[in-house]
Amino acid sequence: MIALVGLLLVDLGLLTLAGIAAVVARRRDAHTIVYGAALALSALGLAISSAHFLGREAPASLVLPIGLPWLGAHFRLDALSAFFIALGHLGAAAASLYAIGYGRHETHPARVAPFYPAFLAGLALVPLADDAYTFLVTWEFMSLASWALVMAHHRRAENAQAGFVYLVMAAFGALALLLAFGLLAGASGGYAFDAMRAHPPKAVVAGFALALALIGAGSKAGLAPLHVWLPLAHPAAPSHVSALMSGVMTKVAIYGFMRFAFDLLGPPDWRWSLAVMPLGAATALIGVLSANMEIDLKRLLAYSTVENIGLIFIALGLALAFEADDLSRAAALALTAAMLHAFNHMLFKSLLFFAAGAVLTATGARDLNRLGGLFDRMRWTSLSALIGCAAIAGLPPLNGFVSEWLMLQAVLLGPAFPQWTLKLMTLGMGAAVALVAALAAAAFARAFGIAFLGRPRSPEAARAGEVDAPMRYAMAGLAGACLLAGIFPGVLIDALKPLAQATVGAAMPLQSKIGWTSIAPIAELRSSYNGLLVFVFFVTAGVMASFVIHRFASAALRRAPAWDCGFPNSDPATQYTAQSFAQPIRRVYGGFAFAARETVDMPRPGDPRAARLTIHMHDRVWRGLYAPIGAAVEGIATRLNPLQFLTIRQYLSVVFGALIALLVLLAARS
Amino acid sequence: MIDLVFQLLQMTLVIALAPGLTGLTRKVKARWTRRRGPPLLQPYFDLARLVRKEAIVAHSATSYFRFAPYLIFASTWVAAALVPTFATGLLFSWSADLIAIVALLGFARFALTLAGMDVGTSFGGLGSSREAMFATLAEPAMMAIVFCLALLAGSTQLSTIAEVMTAHHVGLRVTLAMALVALVMVALAENGRVPIDNPATHLELTMVHEAMILEYSGRHLALIELAAMLKLLLYVSLIACVFVPWGVAIGDASVSARLIGAGAYAGKLAVAAVALGTFETSIAKMRVFRVPDFLGAALMLGLLGALLLFVSRSLR
Repeated sequence: MIALVGLLLVDLGLLTLAGIAAVVARRRDAHTIVYGAALALSALGLAISSAHFLGREAPASLVLPIGLPWLGAHFRLDALSAFFIALGHLGAAAASLYAIGYGRHETHPARVAPFYPAFLAGLALVPLADDAYTFLVTWEFMSLASWALVMAHHRRAENAQAGFVYLVMAAFGALALLLAFGLLAGASGGYAFDAMRAHPPKAVVAGFALALALIGAGSKAGLAPLHVWLPLAHPAAPSHVSALMSGVMTKVAIYGFMRFAFDLLGPPDWRWSLAVMPLGAATALIGVLSANMEIDLKRLLAYSTVENIGLIFIALGLALAFEADDLSRAAALALTAAMLHAFNHMLFKSLLFFAAGAVLTATGARDLNRLGGLFDRMRWTSLSALIGCAAIAGLPPLNGFVSEWLMLQAVLLGPAFPQWTLKLMTLGMGAAVALVAALAAAAFARAFGIAFLGRPRSPEAARAGEVDAPMRYAMAGLAGACLLAGIFPGVLIDALKPLAQATVGAAMPLQSKIGWTSIAPIAELRSSYNGLLVFVFFVTAGVMASFVIHRFASAALRRAPAWDCGFPNSDPATQYTAQSFAQPIRRVYGGFAFAARETVDMPRPGDPRAARLTIHMHDRVWRGLYAPIGAAVEGIATRLNPLQFLTIRQYLSVVFGALIALLVLLAARS
Repeated sequence: MIDLVFQLLQMTLVIALAPGLTGLTRKVKARWTRRRGPPLLQPYFDLARLVRKEAIVAHSATSYFRFAPYLIFASTWVAAALVPTFATGLLFSWSADLIAIVALLGFARFALTLAGMDVGTSFGGLGSSREAMFATLAEPAMMAIVFCLALLAGSTQLSTIAEVMTAHHVGLRVTLAMALVALVMVALAENGRVPIDNPATHLELTMVHEAMILEYSGRHLALIELAAMLKLLLYVSLIACVFVPWGVAIGDASVSARLIGAGAYAGKLAVAAVALGTFETSIAKMRVFRVPDFLGAALMLGLLGALLLFVSRSLR
């Protein structure tokens, strides 16, 4: 109870801070005040929520007399919401620390500073909501606050377009959630979650509500084909906000989905996962392939968020299926994998957006082809980004590997399903997870290699220098967290126990009992992984090799021009670019995913024209789904346009006609 | 204590044997082409020579370039030391299962592709981008093989898999044959062997692995070369311990059993080197964009194997 009140007070503090920020935003030290206070409040929120979560306290609820007079505002803090609130506050604390440095470079502080604390409050309030009305209001508040931040630099045409698409998709998603709640409330109109829990819907209604929740929460999380707004909107916001939108807001959306699927809809049906898992796999593949093609660093990161959301949905789908088939231990494993990946993704995606922001600050460029050679010019940023890239690529001994490993272990339990469809589907999901992980490694090798290694591709990149201390600390802190979470995964898995217990009614075996900090999801003979030992071996092997060679062989080093098979070219433009690195992957997957075509325009001998290679690619989802819808809306609007120019007489007759039609309808029904 | 000794023995054994495996393969290839070939121990001499030379680093290389060989070597060595060679159930064998071993190799590849891009030459980028593309198909294929093995053995732990495979009740299975073929295909691709890439080539446009390490010299090159040799040894050990586990000392075996295991292991390595050399001389290298078909076939074989296992289990 105290924890719930404390969290509400923190959110109230954040809202007050938003008001204060609006007043002080034009002061020179405004960023220090606003982000410093946001950091303190987030740290407080993190302490309260994680104490509640780790202390395994009983759910607390509270009704405040605000909002709808006959409903009030219900708030509830249980294991599920406490986990997501702690995750959110951790991300918010890191982003605030980063912003103390990053905010100094903001050109329009008054457009960012007031909305930032409001956005944090929105993120932290959604998981607390315990009735449909409060949920939707806080959900929309979160959307609008982030929309304002996306529009902070609204004079750039692409940002304005991103803001428009975002607004349309957010409205559409909220509508779907509204309908889902309407289905659950039924005729009796019990809009409090308790009332919904007490009367779980019938199977058909539950199926419809799940579909609506997938659309509503999925559109916010970036589930294909509703992901199109995400790579536009997330990069448009200032980098610390991008980090929050990708790292935390998508997780709040996942919370929304889980609240429906694991709580309000009652016992799950195995058929649900037939929708959830393929959607997750499609999302992950679309996201990671787009990330491999993208040349804008921040958009690349946003596409990779789409990919990771897909992975999380695959694991959630597995958890739903296992739970429906009463394989509760397996369900706990899949759920823990999903939650661990959500946590890990928050860590490394925030870190990478911070690094992108640092690169943007230092060079003014987001285009990969204007970067390069930053590794020695920005040591802290580069090393942190390298750790983040290795973590997101799912490589040991970092944290991304652990959650993907757990996912694969859950997939390997697939043969236990009694349904053939599920057995075969999990097999496909396993191949999909492996494919996505390998493609993610390619995408991040490309992103890091082009942005930080090689020769500078522009004068700005050649002049770049390291960024402010708070930004460096935030990045180094998150990089350290990625490493620690990869070395001691057992601690995190054990910490997630109450969440799994509360959600699927079982938990993974206690990992701390296994000894040597190993993790074993089912049994040690079956599969185990020890992050600490792998890390220690790894470091020992590297240090030993280095020591032996330098001590007993040679430590001499000479700098010389590059060899390049004897034909070095001093022009940095001869390096591989982001597009040329993507060429092999584009040739293999591009035709299928993006209808990619290459046309070569080779002038005849004697013709002085330059030869040209043109790549044609388009987003099939956008062209196949959104463009027709947009065209249809446009066409209907044009048709209906004359209705705006009727005379008063005509308007009155239209109203009269409508009235008659309604009365006839009523009469026919009664 | 004796456990620790055997674990350390395995770690040194893989390093000591890896150049020999490469040397034997080269020798076999030379004999098949009617050449005498370099002495068997030539890779050892090469490494010793490289290590003693001064390292030459391009002006445009960042400090990552000097750091990367240690990352590549360390992760490959750890992975190679965790695959059972002469005995299963060694002290640290439970610290990483097959998926983690594959992921450790993935780390080495990630570090190497980055190193290829570091100097900022076109060859490095060419090699790195192709390597990244191969990996996107080789890793799912490897995972499909892991599925087959895990379904059969009920485990992803290599020691457990080897123990199950030595037991008689597994028998001959179509799935195993498919997994073996798929694993050999993946191993050829991962090690840059002939139909995919040519380890002996210096024709620029055909290189993948060699293009990435073109700028390396001296001790850095020695480490990367040794890592490549270790990787070849790792895949041979992997195939040996899963598909021909005969002779491997199981669990808490006696010292003599482990000695027999070591002898059997050396024999398996020799057979593998001869087979690899023979195969490489008898086949032509394929175009780069044929490789996805090759690896796609490996992936399909792996998935088909798992599917067959499902079907045969349900019919019983």
